[in-house]
Amino acid sequence: MKQDRRGFLNTLLGIGGIGAIASIIYPVFEFLLPPESREPTVSSIKAGAIDQYEVNSAKILKFGREPVILIRKDSGEFSAFSATCTHLDCIVQYRQDTKQILCACHNGHYDLKGRNVSGPPPKPLTEFKVSVINNEITISTMEG
Amino acid sequence: MAKLTDSNVFKWLDERVDLSPLTKLLYHKKVPVHSHTIWYYMGGVTLFLFIVQVFTGILLLMYYVPGENSAYESVQFILNKVSFGWLIRNIHSWSANLMILFAFIHMFSAFFTKALRKPRELTWVSGFILLLLGMFFGFSGYLLPWNELAFFATKVGTDIAGAVPFIGDWLKILLRGGDDVTGATLSRFFGFHVAILPAAFTIFLTLHLLLVQRQGMSEPDSFTKLPDEKKKYISFFPDFALRDFLLWLIVLIALLALTVFSPWDLGIKADSLASAPEGIKPEWYFMFMFQTLKYLPPHIWFIEGEVFGLLAFGAAGVIWMVLPFIKIKKKLLIESKYYFYIGVFAIAFIIIMTLIGYLS
Repeated sequence: MKQDRRGFLNTLLGIGGIGAIASIIYPVFEFLLPPESREPTVSSIKAGAIDQYEVNSAKILKFGREPVILIRKDSGEFSAFSATCTHLDCIVQYRQDTKQILCACHNGHYDLKGRNVSGPPPKPLTEFKVSVINNEITISTMEG
Repeated sequence: MAKLTDSNVFKWLDERVDLSPLTKLLYHKKVPVHSHTIWYYMGGVTLFLFIVQVFTGILLLMYYVPGENSAYESVQFILNKVSFGWLIRNIHSWSANLMILFAFIHMFSAFFTKALRKPRELTWVSGFILLLLGMFFGFSGYLLPWNELAFFATKVGTDIAGAVPFIGDWLKILLRGGDDVTGATLSRFFGFHVAILPAAFTIFLTLHLLLVQRQGMSEPDSFTKLPDEKKKYISFFPDFALRDFLLWLIVLIALLALTVFSPWDLGIKADSLASAPEGIKPEWYFMFMFQTLKYLPPHIWFIEGEVFGLLAFGAAGVIWMVLPFIKIKKKLLIESKYYFYIGVFAIAFIIIMTLIGYLS
């Protein structure tokens, strides 16, 4: 009977101990996870006037928190893609000589439609809509 | 050399706090002298380089300011304006790399001399944990100057961590302090580098050193087989310790030579809107894993190649850590004929993959 009481108290102490540890660990872990960003979601940005961009060139712009690459092709047309490589998150660049999008981190190539054509990238780059109104360029998500 | 215990200061202290456990720990150990004695010094060199890291790290802390708009500038300030700033920063970078190198040499020498056998299993386990902590030290410290190379290496490294099954996303956010590598990541890495890791490292290092000091040096088979009269020993203190210090001095000179003749480039400041430059490479001690991941096809069986690679490295790491406990057909792996080949394979794999990573 005496042993039982000891056993009971040990169990109680054990449960209390685990509870105490959990009550310390849980807030610590929650603290370490950053709160959700309150930045408004962006659906379009202004990218300036057409004449700012030479033919066969590109620029990386900030679309909310995401980098977007705006390319002016030889034909004078514009296209825009997410500038984040789908492989390991590096930022891509436009190659004027090969007319491709390159990720220099691991030599991944995309064509001017954003399709992954060689190297490790597993998926195409997300495309953005480019519209030109009165010489002003606007980049927006495909959903608008 | 006069014995430490003969000094008046020692006697004064001993009368009051009984230093006998300390002297016992210091004097009881004997170091065997044989053709492999040189490997006994590798752990000491690693320890010395760690001491250099602590010392130079504390000095750098006096000027370093973490933050997206201040980290790079403060390192620039240390390098260009602070007296001997270039020296302290370069010693810190070089010593970090050499520390990992010597930790690897120390680990493999323990492996091949079978020093991890009973009763030293825990010394091996604690040593391996120290190596992992050391590598995380390197990974977190690499980002602190906030330059372009480090920025993208961290992006890639933390993205790979995100591929870990089940906890990947959570781990990535925990490491980055958000969805992307930003100033929040820098603050976090600074916290890891100067607070969390030093605390964890100190605990395991103390355990590791206490075990080494209590259990004494492991003797390789070739030495234990010798008849007693042919076994030569020197005392750990002061004979071996003095040789240790001499070697530390040589390492310090080598460190200074590397610092002066081959300083580390700070590079250009990280810009989250700039394209990744060519030649993004992780630090050399991650290269073999990184290169292996590159060779894996997109899918192996039903899982992604990258996830498969991470799981394989994770499993290999766990096996390596518990190596002294593994039994095959009731026989310890250490005593089997395969043991030697496992070590050779591990070294060859690491060296070849690292070389390919740098040459390709």
